[in-house]
Amino acid sequence: MSDTNFDLVIIGGGPGGYVAAIRAAQLKMKVAVVEHQHLGGICLNWGCIPTKALLRSAEIYRQMQHAKDYGLSADGIGFDLKAIVDRSRKVSGQLSSGIGHLLKKNKVTVFDGYGKLAGKGKVAVTKDNKLITTLSAKNIILATGARARVLPGMEPDGKLIWYYKDALVPNDVPKRLLVIGSGAIGIEFANFFHTLGSQTTVVEMMDRIVPAEDAEVSAFLQKSLTKDGLKIMTSVGVKVLKAGKDSVSATLEVDGVTHVEEFDRVIVAAGIVGNVENIGLETTKVHVDRTHVTTNEWCETDEPGVYAIGDIAGPPWLAHKASHEGMLCVEKIAGLKDLHPMNTDHIAGCTYCHPQVASVGLTEAQAKERGHKLKVGRFPFQANGKAIALGEPEGFIKTIFDEKTGELLGAHMVGAEVTELIQGFVVAMGLETTEAELMHTVFPHPTLSEMMHESVLDAYGRAVHF
Amino acid sequence: MPIEILMPALSPTMTDGNVSSWTVKEGDTVSAGDILCEIETDKATMEVEAVDEGVIGKILIPGGTEHVAVNSVIALLLEEGEDAKALDGYTSSSAAPAAEASAAPAAEASAAPVTTAPAVTAPVVAAAAQPSGTRVFASPLAKRIAADKGLDLAQVQGTGPRGRIVKRDVEGAQPSVAARPTASPTIMPESGTFTTIPHSNMRKIIARRLQESKQTVPHFYLTADCRIDKLLDMRKSMNAASPEGEGAYKISVNDFVVKAVAKALVEVPEANAQWTDEAVLQLHSVDISIAVATPSGLITPIVRNADYKGLAGISAAVKDLAGRARDGKLMPEEYTGGGFSISNLGMYGVKDFAAIINPPQSCILAVGAGEQRPIVVDGQLAVGTVMCCTLSVDHRSVDGAVGAQFLAAFKRIIEEPALMAL
Repeated sequence: MSDTNFDLVIIGGGPGGYVAAIRAAQLKMKVAVVEHQHLGGICLNWGCIPTKALLRSAEIYRQMQHAKDYGLSADGIGFDLKAIVDRSRKVSGQLSSGIGHLLKKNKVTVFDGYGKLAGKGKVAVTKDNKLITTLSAKNIILATGARARVLPGMEPDGKLIWYYKDALVPNDVPKRLLVIGSGAIGIEFANFFHTLGSQTTVVEMMDRIVPAEDAEVSAFLQKSLTKDGLKIMTSVGVKVLKAGKDSVSATLEVDGVTHVEEFDRVIVAAGIVGNVENIGLETTKVHVDRTHVTTNEWCETDEPGVYAIGDIAGPPWLAHKASHEGMLCVEKIAGLKDLHPMNTDHIAGCTYCHPQVASVGLTEAQAKERGHKLKVGRFPFQANGKAIALGEPEGFIKTIFDEKTGELLGAHMVGAEVTELIQGFVVAMGLETTEAELMHTVFPHPTLSEMMHESVLDAYGRAVHF
Repeated sequence: MPIEILMPALSPTMTDGNVSSWTVKEGDTVSAGDILCEIETDKATMEVEAVDEGVIGKILIPGGTEHVAVNSVIALLLEEGEDAKALDGYTSSSAAPAAEASAAPAAEASAAPVTTAPAVTAPVVAAAAQPSGTRVFASPLAKRIAADKGLDLAQVQGTGPRGRIVKRDVEGAQPSVAARPTASPTIMPESGTFTTIPHSNMRKIIARRLQESKQTVPHFYLTADCRIDKLLDMRKSMNAASPEGEGAYKISVNDFVVKAVAKALVEVPEANAQWTDEAVLQLHSVDISIAVATPSGLITPIVRNADYKGLAGISAAVKDLAGRARDGKLMPEEYTGGGFSISNLGMYGVKDFAAIINPPQSCILAVGAGEQRPIVVDGQLAVGTVMCCTLSVDHRSVDGAVGAQFLAAFKRIIEEPALMAL
């Protein structure tokens, strides 16, 4: 009979749960993680990581097609979809087993089963609907994550109508592909399949794609993807999907007028819902608001001793937000001093299409809405030496400052490698730098990061190279 | 390799200081112990001595430079036989970054031996003295917002990492009444009708600490008239008996006051106390701070273990400390700490005044002039020399009755100075 008494039990082994477990182990807690599927969660197994592997293949394929631009020759360029998918699965597998090792190294006990609250300080673990064990812990963290929102009448069939899991393991490249939703997930899949040759249409209900981003970024990306041959339809609703034998009829509504279009496959990427069902919340005081658990700034729910982190605890739905909450929550439980609640305005988001999109903080519209008077700077890739040398002259970096205080309110980027650049502004925001410190910073040459500097300078009418 | 002369840390809280002047110039030969330059901290001016001998190769930080980080290289010393070429390329490469990176930890480490005195008398002093360090940790954004609002960051409690002041700390804060005029339009006199005297570090510290004291310490005041005719007689005969030359002394009325306070504190140790948020600290040694006016402002050097010193010992200590205080040559441990303060304005003919408590101490005695007054002795009018003394007391740590007991003990001793011999 294995030990069932712990200081902390975490339900869910994704980027929130496993990071929380390791931090708790570092703080000398006796920790258990209950995970019913894969360590690393959606992010590592069916999300961030495998899509990055697929997109890397697409990116290289794209580059090979442009070999001539770089003075190279490459004939007979092609791809093996199965090998691309296999590589993606292997990457996930490698990292997932890595998490297993990390947890073991930190002496975290992992229970392979489904965790559910079972009375005060108790977690029942079941496998195939059979109770394996009941764990006791003074503190329990819910880190059960989220899943794709299934639109009524558009349920996944695994064959013609795909959700992200199906789209990650395709058997072939659909000839005509419809992607519903233009958030990060939708745009990344659209970009992948389009690069491999799918005739791709993206439909978005809102009036612009990547609607969470700054409007200028949306407009730029839409123009760029359209130039690339992607078909983008905004302010369009999908009324009905009718699956045929090997194709789907989609009824699209544009300005109140409906028409039907035929596609071979459909990917639905219409947001997510929190995994709040069947985890025993009904017996607790935990408050659930529209599929997400309500928590305070320390990840505490309304039930004493029960915490929630990551996607189940609300937006932004990002792995790095979950991990940070995991650490913060555990440190709070451990009673550490000098803790600081997370500032969601300082969490960056990245989309790995071509060109990439990355942003942190407020969009220009949000900043105006909050009553700021603004200084806005922009700098284009076409004026940056490194971007031209890379053959990536497309994109820009936009920075938004409060006119009065010089506070960096937001940074928005579109272009090559911007997902790796954004952290510079994240650090700057975290340290509460103003435009003055950013201007005084010497950015290395030649790098894409020089555009960050130039964008700040431009906000004050001082850009040098444009 | 030239020897680096570093900006020294003169107190535990010192993170930077001003290089006020150099007494040597480039090319001068110096030997160990020679005075090289004067460093000004928030409280005092100190001389920096050469540790090694050699030739001053280069002065990197000229006299009159403010806010030089502790451990910055301020000059380079060439060893015997070393060529001036050794300086080439040296200065630019190592000076600035080295200073940046090591300033904070080095300040703590190198300051450790200096702090022994205050640390022994009262561990809390170091903590209480913390705000008097000149560096305030605040984010650039917080600094900008504070400047805009006219907020003094030294008055703001930081809630960021390691107590750093961040945006949320200054956003809600309002400038204190005293600081507000900088935010609202101030009516400035016409230019040419006044002289601007920039705040010295010392002036800033005086302003901040005394304002803080008067605003946060609940003061109450006790006054007693003390008859000092016996004291004056005793002083006269004691000074008349002073030997010539070696061992000569001249006891002042103030020396008697210090001695009487020391004895009274032994009798009423509750008045020898410091207030902290956690507890009242009753001090074991009698260390008395004496307010001394200097050209740049007020400083309070400390007569340590005054209860163990005789009048001549107290007199010599006060003379030495006051002299060096006026020259700005006190060591930090000579004015940091102390359990009780005395401020004497009697020599200016002041009859009576109330002083501001010097936190974290609990009491300060304000001493007026001794003057002949009509007094009633045994129902008869007589002439007596009377000195009015007012005790300011922090009611958080010392209650009215304790303060009154102390003042009564002081009055008894000062009026019957023979008791000082006990």
